[in-house]
Amino acid sequence: MSDENKNSKKERTVIPIGPYHPLQEEPEYFQLHVEGEIVKKIEWRTSYNHRGIEKLSQSMSYDQVPYLVERICGICSTSHPLSYVNAVEDLAEIEVPVRAKYIRTIIAELERLHSHLLWVGLAGHFLGFNTVWMWAWKYREPVLEIMEAVTGNRQNYAMMKIGGIRRDIDNEDIPSIKKMLDDLKPKVDLLRGAVMDDPIIHARTKGIGVLTPEDVHNYGALGPTARASGIKDDIRRDYPYAAYDIIDWDVIVEEEGDVFAKAVVRIKEMYESISMIHQCLDALKKENGEIETTVKEIPPGDGIGQAEAPRGEVFHFVRSDGTNRPVRHKVRAPSFCNVPTFEVTTVGETISDAAIILAAVDPCYCCTERMAVINSEGEKSLTGDDLIKMSQQKTERMRKSKKENK
Amino acid sequence: MGFKENALKRSLWVFHFSGGSCNNCDIELLDCLTPRYDLERFGIELVGSIRHADIIAVTGIVNRQCKPRLEKIYKQASKPVFVVACGACPCTGGIFKNSYHTAGPLDEIIPVDAYIPGCPPKPEAIISAIVKLRNKLE
Repeated sequence: MSDENKNSKKERTVIPIGPYHPLQEEPEYFQLHVEGEIVKKIEWRTSYNHRGIEKLSQSMSYDQVPYLVERICGICSTSHPLSYVNAVEDLAEIEVPVRAKYIRTIIAELERLHSHLLWVGLAGHFLGFNTVWMWAWKYREPVLEIMEAVTGNRQNYAMMKIGGIRRDIDNEDIPSIKKMLDDLKPKVDLLRGAVMDDPIIHARTKGIGVLTPEDVHNYGALGPTARASGIKDDIRRDYPYAAYDIIDWDVIVEEEGDVFAKAVVRIKEMYESISMIHQCLDALKKENGEIETTVKEIPPGDGIGQAEAPRGEVFHFVRSDGTNRPVRHKVRAPSFCNVPTFEVTTVGETISDAAIILAAVDPCYCCTERMAVINSEGEKSLTGDDLIKMSQQKTERMRKSKKENK
Repeated sequence: MGFKENALKRSLWVFHFSGGSCNNCDIELLDCLTPRYDLERFGIELVGSIRHADIIAVTGIVNRQCKPRLEKIYKQASKPVFVVACGACPCTGGIFKNSYHTAGPLDEIIPVDAYIPGCPPKPEAIISAIVKLRNKLE
């Protein structure tokens, strides 16, 4: 049989990913259309996680909604309430006390730290570097401990309130938080070394899943996904909220747009976060005062609020008719914009790279488990474990060939 | 104690089902396996297939889209299997109780062996639930 004939006989195989996967996080459903090893098309379907939050929000009073919106996503459980209170404060023209602004920034940046650590760990896992996974999650624990000390819970902090915050940070606690940050920095150095100096990780992630700046504009990608493609887009700088316009920090931008650039952006952002928290803690020592302003009533009108979540911009729209409940509350999360970029990043890559490309965007994703290949004969079947195994085996092959070349 | 129960006592394998959760319980479940808590010492690990599992850990409210899939997964599980409601959502519906997309608390859908309250439950609470489950077998 000639090569041409072979190609025309090659059938497209559809690999469904999800919706249930035991590893973690929410159910999402992807279909990879592949020819041989190469991904030709990707389709996805969401809504397995639909909980009707916008509708529920309309049945709650303004003060109850922050508790609801922080349960949109467990990892971004400060970004959503922060964005919501920004919207209501925009609507009612409420001025927030400076101390509350600093504390909001501290909580938001601590959240970014733990979220990026979580991502680095998962990315390591997908590449077959389980050591990185265990390290990253181990060093994430002190951040959660500080969160527990400051807010009372490891996740779902319930700190945001219209007009301020609910709990103050005791000035006596500041040295212990600073010590935790100082201890964390060498650990981040370790992870940076593990990711940025490892030739195998370079080989696995450089030039893989490239997202061009044009595609960032076309798909409206946000956050680290856009910043890794050279787009200097950060809500904290463009539309400052909390204390981001008072403190000194940099927007991290990388040019390449591949998986490696996305990892580098996140790792460098961790350093920025640590420096920001230090600055806010120093400011807290001098800035003693109120932590909330009294809000009597919400006037009729529209308000929009934004916040930079670890994954990108969170957008909340609130419409009020003067009663104690929002008449319309619209939420847009960053993954909504970032997930469609899979259409350009995964096409043309191999199946074993798909796992890390999908994970690189850090969607609230991880559906690589429970996968089944249905080909024309309907005989072959793969589980999600196999996909991760394929990804890990590729790393292993590269490691071996590297050794042989030496 | 029958042969099956005796075998079940060792190395409990967990299948994780997220029925419309906010990721928090899911992350805390995963956290139990990482170095700070390290449940893998006792042979407890997450498995990819329901047919290998001894425990189904359900998180989230179990919305109407997930409900038929959960029932299907429960039927596929090799019995005896424990069902653990992990977090406030599967126990009672939590903050999403009145949502139009909630299919009801977990125990109205499949029988539940253990409830772990908390939003999210701390890893210590999850570990304590697993210990209690295991002791129940004795």
